[in-house]
Amino acid sequence: MKHTGNYGMMAEFDSPTTLVAAARQTYEAGYKRIDAYSPFPIEELAEAIGFHHNSVPLVVLIGGLLGCASGYLLQWWISTVSYPINVGGRPYHSWPAFIVVTFEMTILFSVLAAVFGMLALNGLPMPYHPVFNVPRFAFATRDRFFLMIFSSDPKYRGSETKAFLESLNPRSISEVPQ
Amino acid sequence: MALRPDEQIEVVETKAPRAPVIEPGHTFATVTDKISSIVLTRPTSNGWLVGFGFSFLLTMVLLYAISYLFIRGVGIWGVNIPVGWGFAIVNFVWWIGIGHAGTLISAILLLLRQSWRNSINRFAEAMTLFAVACAGMFPVLHLGRPWLAYWLFPYPNTMNYWPQFRSPLVWDVFAVSTYATTSLLFWFVGLIPDLATLRDRSHNRALQMIYGILAMGWRGSARHWSRYETAYLLLAGLATPLVLSVHTVVSFDFAIGIVPGWHTTIFPPYFVAGAIYSGFAMVLMLAIPIRKFYGLEDFITERHLQNSAKVMLATGLIVAYGYGIEAFMGWYGGNRSDAFLLWNRLHGPYRAVYFSLLACNIFIPQVLWIRKLRSNPAWLFVISGVILVGMWLERFVIVVVSLQRDFLNSSWGMYYPTRWDWMTYIGTIGFFLACMFLFVRILPMISIFEMRQLLPQAEVKPE
Repeated sequence: MKHTGNYGMMAEFDSPTTLVAAARQTYEAGYKRIDAYSPFPIEELAEAIGFHHNSVPLVVLIGGLLGCASGYLLQWWISTVSYPINVGGRPYHSWPAFIVVTFEMTILFSVLAAVFGMLALNGLPMPYHPVFNVPRFAFATRDRFFLMIFSSDPKYRGSETKAFLESLNPRSISEVPQ
Repeated sequence: MALRPDEQIEVVETKAPRAPVIEPGHTFATVTDKISSIVLTRPTSNGWLVGFGFSFLLTMVLLYAISYLFIRGVGIWGVNIPVGWGFAIVNFVWWIGIGHAGTLISAILLLLRQSWRNSINRFAEAMTLFAVACAGMFPVLHLGRPWLAYWLFPYPNTMNYWPQFRSPLVWDVFAVSTYATTSLLFWFVGLIPDLATLRDRSHNRALQMIYGILAMGWRGSARHWSRYETAYLLLAGLATPLVLSVHTVVSFDFAIGIVPGWHTTIFPPYFVAGAIYSGFAMVLMLAIPIRKFYGLEDFITERHLQNSAKVMLATGLIVAYGYGIEAFMGWYGGNRSDAFLLWNRLHGPYRAVYFSLLACNIFIPQVLWIRKLRSNPAWLFVISGVILVGMWLERFVIVVVSLQRDFLNSSWGMYYPTRWDWMTYIGTIGFFLACMFLFVRILPMISIFEMRQLLPQAEVKPE
């Protein structure tokens, strides 16, 4: 069975401990297209839903290298090629004087890469998302913890999935409309 | 010996009782509601209106002073030869130093896993942002033709001209603008999950729209949190060397010059310590009234005040060491100009300023050794004020006393600030306070999601 017209099914939990346990069980039961929502970061949770690879550090590294190279090359090109100024015969390529700006550019580019890279990888800004159709989901930013199985999961079967989620003892279960 | 987690908890509890970081009895819901209600449901109090009104008035004084400056030029200030760097640079260094504590609290203490910082980092970061905004105004206003400030940045232009990258003043442009950008982004990234909380907690359609747009559709997905935490940690790791570099570069503005009293290698560490010293004083001057008026004693506890006082004590002693080395090198270095500078500080026309700075920065803050005073908010508030004055005087001594009597007796002179200098300075204080008032009214002043993390129930218990 493919789509039931729903985006997925969502179960609500009380505490981080129960959510992490439920997420582990769901992943082990063979559901791979799942997500969990919590009001604060929970280290164990990403791992429990099978999210291991995080490419933010790579993006930041690339940003930093780019900033470092462009900062230094800019100063080198300006001081030796485009606008050389002879100050008492001192060398045009006076690299120690270029370190500070190179450092600041490295930091600036890394920071921009970290912030905008993180947002881009997260797909933010995203003005509409089906999870917000569930009224109880407003508590995901307060004190409730949610586990979601997407309907695109090959194992997703409306009633069967619901029965499975019920076996995890959630506070409530809601279907998430598209 | 490996301990089970529960055994470790016992070991911690047998230590001497310590004021908690967050008062017991709170849950995820109470923490969320308490902090978000300050913004969403609490009516605007008369105290806020009066405070904001007063600081807005001072902001208008700033605008008046700046407008007149644009019409007449920097001649309205007291700067002249030999003292060409008067209040503008004194205030620039003072403000940017204040900003440093915010970054120290949010970045360095995060890396050191000092979780007590979670309840003061948000407004300390806001403080950084507004302090840097105030700081940034002064060098630009000092340019003479401030509308050409963009010439400081390297961009291809028809004049076929580029900045001089061997000048510390150009380094400063890069350091301060990177610092301002980083502070803004760090602060905003920290706000995203809390903006989502405000979006979900508010019942007013307009507020939901505004906070919703700012939260950018944050939904707290585990994948998002994972990337978010990585990015946040990396930002902290990047901001840490950055904040140390900023005041170092500011000190290079002086140390690279040959003026006696400026040309010294102690400047970078001594400037950074002084920055953190004054910054923590400002954090306390803001935190003490805020926790009182908004009833946040549960979240900003005695522990925070004590820790901040200890940081001030430590950095204050580093600053005292800096003064000591300056005086020692003046006496021992054998350089006549340096020796004269020391004499001029102690006996010259500005000696009262030098002695007040010693009193404010070194002698009076030593009372923080007394535990009773350290845990008394009223006393801490007063001492913090004294330190802020002292640090301003320190910059005055560095800038003015060094310049007023340099190598040639015939070029000696005095520096007297004009009322425009004072209006600009006091105006920036007003601008800073007005921004702080707006911030505590429209944004969560304590990081809600990091407070939830501090609660014992946030721990995932092993199965």
